[in-house]
Amino acid sequence: MMSDLLTVRGLTLATPDKVLVEGLSFSIAPGERFGLIGESGSGKSLTSLAVTGLLAPSIRPAGSITLAGKEIIGAPEKRLVRMRGDAVATVFQEPLTALDPLMPLGRQIAGPVRRRLKRKGQEAGRVAVAREVRSLLELVRLPEPERLIRSYPHEVSGGQRQRVAIAMALACQPRLLIADEPTTALDVTTQAEIVRLITSLVEELGIALLFISHDLAVVGQVAESVMVMRDGRMIETGPAEQVLTRPEDSYTRSLVAAARRFDEALEGQP
Amino acid sequence: MSAESTELPRRRRRGNATFWLGLILVGGIVLAGIVSFFWTPYALSDMAGGRLEAPSAAHWAGTDRLGRDLFTQLMIGARIALIVGCGAVAIGAVIGVATGILAAFATRFLDDALAAFFDILIAFPTLLIAMLVVAAREEASLGTAILALGIGLSPIVGRITRILTKQVLGQDYITAARVSGTSWGAIVYWHILPNIVPFLGVNLALQFGLAVMAEASLSYLGLGAPPPNASWGRMLQEAQGTVYTAPWGAVLPGLALFALVIGINLLADGLRDRFDPARRDG
Ligand SMILES: Nc1ncnc2c1ncn2[C@@H]1O[C@H](COP(=O)(O)OP(=O)(O)OP(=O)(O)O)[C@@H](O)[C@H]1O
Ligand SMILES: [Mg+2]
Repeated sequence: MMSDLLTVRGLTLATPDKVLVEGLSFSIAPGERFGLIGESGSGKSLTSLAVTGLLAPSIRPAGSITLAGKEIIGAPEKRLVRMRGDAVATVFQEPLTALDPLMPLGRQIAGPVRRRLKRKGQEAGRVAVAREVRSLLELVRLPEPERLIRSYPHEVSGGQRQRVAIAMALACQPRLLIADEPTTALDVTTQAEIVRLITSLVEELGIALLFISHDLAVVGQVAESVMVMRDGRMIETGPAEQVLTRPEDSYTRSLVAAARRFDEALEGQP
Repeated sequence: MSAESTELPRRRRRGNATFWLGLILVGGIVLAGIVSFFWTPYALSDMAGGRLEAPSAAHWAGTDRLGRDLFTQLMIGARIALIVGCGAVAIGAVIGVATGILAAFATRFLDDALAAFFDILIAFPTLLIAMLVVAAREEASLGTAILALGIGLSPIVGRITRILTKQVLGQDYITAARVSGTSWGAIVYWHILPNIVPFLGVNLALQFGLAVMAEASLSYLGLGAPPPNASWGRMLQEAQGTVYTAPWGAVLPGLALFALVIGINLLADGLRDRFDPARRDG
């Protein structure tokens, strides 16, 4: 469809001696929440890096990725820099290492805020940026913004760090947010909070979401459509409700059955 | 939890003692260097006393074989050591950090070439490189000595900068910064430099010590700052023939050199412990 925000056609990623992702095709419409499911090493992160044009130099992409109407594969770095942040932003798995250990959190959020204000030709002075940073902290529901702005990453909790990372991603006002296993490093209660936060924010702000996870239950909560990957290939794709309850492929069926058994085991506990 | 609460204060106290000792040593020498601009007990070339006098109330550090006051020379030597150390480290840091970061960012081929170049230069003693630069400039002067030592230090700084930069480049927060559209220039300025400086700083302090000692050696070889500059190295050279009859002439500049080099290193260690937020308890 022409109106899709992200269109991936026949994406193949390979190193000189190994094919890591092969013939992947999917698309995400503006505002759509798309889930990417697959076990560890199935190529989920590589796919998301390819979308942002951040693959390691040793990995050669083939096929086509169009984001907001522009081709990513083969695009010059200069255009990619402009496009990142403007069209797409990413939240990573491990918030401790995704934040600069030596920079106060407030300044880390201020960076993308300033760039976005400048790009849009708006006032980007200290006051304007500080106001924006504060409203972003409120948006991700972080308490005590004054203290947080001056804190370093190791001084706040894991959940708070991930909220800061989300604030940084939203600071760009992207049209597509990529969340690469954003809850794996967190404890179960915090996981649920972060998943709810991401879902409500993208809905509120009308941002499309590419949500990557190996946790079927979480993807089921978040995504409208899903794609299941294995060994770098697509196994099955379709509406989340259909794929996760009436899977057609045997691999997906085994995943769903395993998840169900796991849930039942949990519920069976006193 | 309990292990942390007993260990941190001890570590911090030790860090503090290191810091203060370093500050006293370096502070004393800096003070002597500054005061030397306005006041010295005698004029530098004033043959005010007898030859090779032992330390006394009139000549706190004794006199040399021409009867010149050694304390005066020590004060001026402090000034020169500091100027040489700061100047050489500044030049070495600018060249070294720039080439080190360039190498870390460069294509495989250029990176390998620069890395090999650093290693080859490091294989030559800093002093030898400095001597070649002085020889190329044809005349010995304080400025030439500083330039020579700075160039001599630069491959050491370059190599460590390259390694530190590569480590930082592999971190997730660099990918995170790139994915949010930060340009490479901004990434170097905001993320790479701040994250390599704590480690680089300690290394630069070591280089400062190296530079001051190398200047002493250059002077000792007659390639350093020419007279009337009284560097500690020149003092050592001049006291060479009279070590047994007037040992203070060699011992005192040697001690001053030692105090400055040790002091700088202690100070750098202490500063890093104080200002590195990742090491500071939260
Ligand atoms: N730079 C690289 N060079 C070569 N192979 C790579 C590189 N990065 C990743 N791979 C390989 O590509 C495969 C897919 O990796 P990817 O990180 O996309 O997995 P993933 O689905 O995100 O897994 P996880 O759930 O563990 O994050 C893995 O087998 C990995 O070893
Ligand atoms: Mg991954």
